[in-house]
Amino acid sequence: MIRFILIQNRAGKTRLAKWYMQFDDDEKQKLIEEVHACVTVRDAKHTNFVEFRNFKIVYRRYAGLYFCICVDVNDNNLMYLEAIHNFVEVLNEYFHNVCELDLVFNFYKVYSVVDEMFLAGEIRETSQTKVLKQLLMLNSLE
Amino acid sequence: MPTVAKGDGMRGLAVFISDIRNCKSKEAEQKRINKELANIRSKFKGDKTLDGYNKKKYVCKLLFIFLLGHDIDFGHMEAVNLLSSNKYTEKQIGYLFISVLVNTDSALIRLIIQAIKNDLEARHPVHICLALQCIANIGSKEMAEALTKEIPKLIVSGETIDAVKQSACLCLLRLFRTSPETVPPGEWTQRVGHLLNDQHLGVVTSATSLIHTLAQKTPEDFKPCVQLAISRLSRIVTSSYTDLQDYTYYFVPAPWLSVKLLRLLQVYPPPEDPALRGRLNECLETILNKAQEPPKSKKVQHSNAKNAVLFEAINLIIHHDTEPSLLVRACNQLGQFLQHRETNLRYLALESMCLLASSEFSHEAVKKHMDTVITALKTERDVSVRQRAVDLLYGMCDKSNAEEIVAEMLSYLETADYSIREEMVLKVAILAEKYPVDYTWYVDTILNLIRIAGDYVSDEVWYRVIQIVINRDDVQGYAAKVVFEALQAPACHENMVKVGGYILGEFGNLIAGDQRSSPMVQFQLLHSKYHLCSAPTRGLLLSTYIKFINLFPEIKGQLQDVLRNNNNLQNADAELQQRAIEYLQLSTVASQDVLATVLEEMPPFPERESSILAKLKKKKPNVSDIEVVKEGKKSSNPPTLNNSAANTPEATPASAPVPVMAAAPAPAPVQSASDDLLGLSAGPAAAAPVTNNFAAPAAPAGGGGLLVDVFDTPPAQNNVSTALAPQAEENFFNMPSGETAPSGDASATELDGRFAIKNNGVLFENELLQIGVKAEYKGNLGRLGLFYGNKTSYPFQFFTPTVSCPGELASAMNVQTKPLDVNTVEGGAQVQQIINVECIADFVDAPILSIKFSYSGSMQQINLMLPVMLNKFFEPVEMDATSFFNRWKQLSSPGQEEQKIFKASFPINSDTSRTKLLGFGFGLLDGVDPNPDNFVGAGIIKAQSSQVGCLLRLEPNMQAQMYRLTLRTSSKSVTTRLADLLLKLF
Repeated sequence: MIRFILIQNRAGKTRLAKWYMQFDDDEKQKLIEEVHACVTVRDAKHTNFVEFRNFKIVYRRYAGLYFCICVDVNDNNLMYLEAIHNFVEVLNEYFHNVCELDLVFNFYKVYSVVDEMFLAGEIRETSQTKVLKQLLMLNSLE
Repeated sequence: MPTVAKGDGMRGLAVFISDIRNCKSKEAEQKRINKELANIRSKFKGDKTLDGYNKKKYVCKLLFIFLLGHDIDFGHMEAVNLLSSNKYTEKQIGYLFISVLVNTDSALIRLIIQAIKNDLEARHPVHICLALQCIANIGSKEMAEALTKEIPKLIVSGETIDAVKQSACLCLLRLFRTSPETVPPGEWTQRVGHLLNDQHLGVVTSATSLIHTLAQKTPEDFKPCVQLAISRLSRIVTSSYTDLQDYTYYFVPAPWLSVKLLRLLQVYPPPEDPALRGRLNECLETILNKAQEPPKSKKVQHSNAKNAVLFEAINLIIHHDTEPSLLVRACNQLGQFLQHRETNLRYLALESMCLLASSEFSHEAVKKHMDTVITALKTERDVSVRQRAVDLLYGMCDKSNAEEIVAEMLSYLETADYSIREEMVLKVAILAEKYPVDYTWYVDTILNLIRIAGDYVSDEVWYRVIQIVINRDDVQGYAAKVVFEALQAPACHENMVKVGGYILGEFGNLIAGDQRSSPMVQFQLLHSKYHLCSAPTRGLLLSTYIKFINLFPEIKGQLQDVLRNNNNLQNADAELQQRAIEYLQLSTVASQDVLATVLEEMPPFPERESSILAKLKKKKPNVSDIEVVKEGKKSSNPPTLNNSAANTPEATPASAPVPVMAAAPAPAPVQSASDDLLGLSAGPAAAAPVTNNFAAPAAPAGGGGLLVDVFDTPPAQNNVSTALAPQAEENFFNMPSGETAPSGDASATELDGRFAIKNNGVLFENELLQIGVKAEYKGNLGRLGLFYGNKTSYPFQFFTPTVSCPGELASAMNVQTKPLDVNTVEGGAQVQQIINVECIADFVDAPILSIKFSYSGSMQQINLMLPVMLNKFFEPVEMDATSFFNRWKQLSSPGQEEQKIFKASFPINSDTSRTKLLGFGFGLLDGVDPNPDNFVGAGIIKAQSSQVGCLLRLEPNMQAQMYRLTLRTSSKSVTTRLADLLLKLF
């Protein structure tokens, strides 16, 4: 299962943090820093998977943003790697060419997108069409 | 600016975020935030008519401030208010604030739960979804208790729309993870299974995760899902990418769902129904076939999605481990990936292949790729890929390729990343031990390991080489020769000195015939390193020197000079000082015969699981699974050297009973600080056996167990601490070492003092066995329940406890032992035995329990005293002051009174003393003695032949910390015995 999802920029600023297990605030901060230290040192020739504590980080870099999903070591790495991409494509469609600033100004909407696609640490919906349709419907609500 | 903003864009929020982003410094940001917080606070406080939009906006600003990393201590109530709004955007912000910020133990949780309940019953599905998402995001225990029963009906109801079903499934999954007991199986469980047939693939995707988790807990309940999952999977893999439209991702039909279904199937064994099994195998073959087809797209997304399914299919094939053809195909496929240009695929192929290596069907096929893997080890740029290569080499290693693999790993070790060195060292050590070409090769390998990566060689590794050398006399001479050579290097690692010191101390005589390694040369070589070593190693070398005194009397003088050297005799390190003094004394006082016995060659170690393997498992919990599977498949034997040795032709059967410890007639007790000697930490533990012989008279506790444990934990400390455990009460029976055990194999373990005043507790414990006791006494009868617990995972065979009454005790006590129903105690099991005792006359010694059993081929013997003391047959008596004094006067002839004045061993405390006396069996008579600090008591010893009345007076003196104890009984022997027992309690 997914333990947490993080979106960070190269400077280490968190653009989204979604936790699927209980951590206290100090622990969350520590995890955020460790993940950043862990993924930013890797180059493009490296794998998209890093062992991290007793878990594994599956991550992918898009421009200046790192999308990281922390999963169990025996989880299917490629499935989560593509889940990241699927998520990014949805964001891109939803925000019409997404950029880092969209995630800053619409942080509360990004949470809605996440909840449509991932819930309780599992993949909830994978169809981009269905997710976007639902999001547009929500957008039309008052 | 973002382009999505429709009707709900919050201008004020966007402005605030812009302001923050424009702040030039941390201080400016803090100032802007403080201003905003003040503004929001006044809005929340002052304006009662704050409308929904503004409330939402301010709550959202607070959330933003919190996410920036600032504390927020208000606004929670406003957020909870938003939950009851009927506008989606307001509700959403309310729920979001709560999910991110509200503590699960917040006082608001009840209000929140009520709001969620309302929304779960709302008409608008969007509201239901928000509520479900909130539960899934927080998932606290209170929520589970209050809300779980609402969820299943949403999942199975025909009226629920798909989006709600999806959220409800995962919401239930979260609550199940939080507290499974609140999710009782019911009629709904069956219907959840049928969601695998649902038309909406999103529902199937969510439901599969729920079923997977539930099925792991109770596989039987979800067995019908196997068939449903297989047919769903089959429909997906045989569909063309156009069939599934929305759910096709880069030409791959429903990759995520396929992976989830394949994982669900891994909860179960292969289906028994041949038709079903055929269908599943077809699916798996189709997936393997597709991997060979030309890609439908050059995009990495396409190949990733396809391979995600492929790797999961391979996992299922490995999990089933029944179809040789599929296993070999999987292996070939992974072999291709090993040379793929994508690093991800090479990494994953190495990882999967590691699992394949453990299957007997594909082990050989995996071995074909050894060269590729070795190349990967040498050339991969990413350390995590190299790490996988190491794992795979370890996994594919067997007798046929061990020499090559170990050599490659050793050569890689010289340049390996620091992060993986220690683990590699462990792996090399284990492989060398498991698949020894011969034992000289083994010794060479480990010494090479120390030479190349000495810093990463943990204690377990060098303990183990010593253990093996000691157990195999055919390699001892060789080992002595090579360590001698290795020590000649100008700079050698301290671990080498340790191994060298130990082995030469034991077997230096085997090479002493050669002039180039004469006793003197050996000694000088070792001593040239002495000053460069840490204290524990020096301690070990001192032990080597005393052993040399025994082996080579001709250089005794020089060795004594070293011991006598002020650097040692007055060393600041107490351990070194003590060793120097004791060894010097031993070499002076003891005759050659005594010396030879004390310093006799170490007896062989009992075979047990390699401590290195245990360490590796501890280091990498996930490795252990593989290891267990692998061991389980290859042979059911525990992976010890001996088992693998038994496979090699030249090995001698090693299952003959081995005495656990050579009887060590103890020299005169050297001194009393035995716990210092025994308290050696793991460092010099290998030297401890010699020291233990010294300590034997002072602490025979668990002496038999000591050697067994030398290589695990610091055993001596264990024994000391159990023997003296509760408030360091003194041991009751200080057995003279001469009469320890009839056989001399294992010294009888001392009784714990606390049993004099307690009937239940742990009587004995070592690495293998725990014995608990529960006793009841009435009159002259007693009944003891003994509980033998096997702490290991292997059975004890021929487990025979017997109870005997030595000497005079035989006529003073009747003991009846019920023989055990079984003579094997399974690993982890406990058996019970009842022993009845009858006291005939007063007695001093306790009955002896002696236990014999065979544990992995070697006989173990443990002798213990049963906690049966005279005072167990003691019953309290009540009487008034007059009758007490009358009797007191009657018992005044010589021999009837015993008086002791002694120093308190424990702090004087009236309440504790009271408890001890009552526990001992006295009735306490208050108000008899004019001094309220004194204790007066009375009781009767109920033996069958006679009943002996007993009166006591105990006078504590706080100032002097002394007691005066006066006992009067009609029998001299009873008086003496009770006084002895009491003396040790205070």
